[in-house]
Amino acid sequence: MKKKLIPYSIILMFLITFTVFYKSLKDTNIYTPETNINNDIPIFLADLLLLNENSTSTEIFELDKFYLLNIWASWCVPCRDEHPILMSLSKNNKLTIIGMNYKDNKKNAKSFLNKLGNPYEKIIVDKNGTISIEWGAFGVPETFIIYNNKIIKKYIGPLNQELQMEIQKTIK
Amino acid sequence: MKIFKVLIIIFLLLCFNNLSANENSERNEITKNLRCLVCQGQSVYDSDSDFANSMKILVDKKLSEGLSDKEIYNLFKEKYGYWILYDPGLNKNTYLLWLLPILIFLIGGAIIVKSFILKK
Repeated sequence: MKKKLIPYSIILMFLITFTVFYKSLKDTNIYTPETNINNDIPIFLADLLLLNENSTSTEIFELDKFYLLNIWASWCVPCRDEHPILMSLSKNNKLTIIGMNYKDNKKNAKSFLNKLGNPYEKIIVDKNGTISIEWGAFGVPETFIIYNNKIIKKYIGPLNQELQMEIQKTIK
Repeated sequence: MKIFKVLIIIFLLLCFNNLSANENSERNEITKNLRCLVCQGQSVYDSDSDFANSMKILVDKKLSEGLSDKEIYNLFKEKYGYWILYDPGLNKNTYLLWLLPILIFLIGGAIIVKSFILKK
């Protein structure tokens, strides 16, 4: 029995090590964040761009309505690429598009909208980036779909034709 | 005597210096345990990226609102998942990490007991 214990434990150790390494071999080492989430939207008070007033999350997001929150900045190049998609989504009257201007200069943001059009109903100003962190965002551009004060979908990076179709399907 | 006075002044200055350095210690402790998600292998404390800087401001804000470090960790965990913590708790992805050392310790202990103590 004593003689057998050592080879058995060596085999067991080997098997455990093998399983651990084999399991991690197939795992991806690039972090992929969860996109199907069901978190409540954060409560915040923020200034609004274009209007000289501030607003709270409960005033902006009403129940039983679909909202799209888009985090953008005038200095962000991919935001320019996705802008036409936001413009065409804004024509859909089932969806209200809210913008979040991330770490931007007010003057630049306004000229960005004058040049490319304004798809947003309201624009929240996130001067130091803390509101977007409260939303669980990574950077710009990023898009959230909100229904009944819950984030039902999150898109990291610029929107494209494919995602536009997906959003339109979601709000049907 | 003059040198003595100067030394006392230097000593006091150093004391105040220490005070101001400790002001952010709680913030630093928390941000060292938060992973900067947009950087490779850096904590929020180490990083100077846009994301990390906003995180630092938010941690400060939450601390001033009176949240404890555990509440702050939970808040970020809820928003970004376990990946944001450098010290994750026991869950379905980390059970092997937590249990393997205990398992190895038990097996090793059993071998020692078997081969040395029971032998006598």
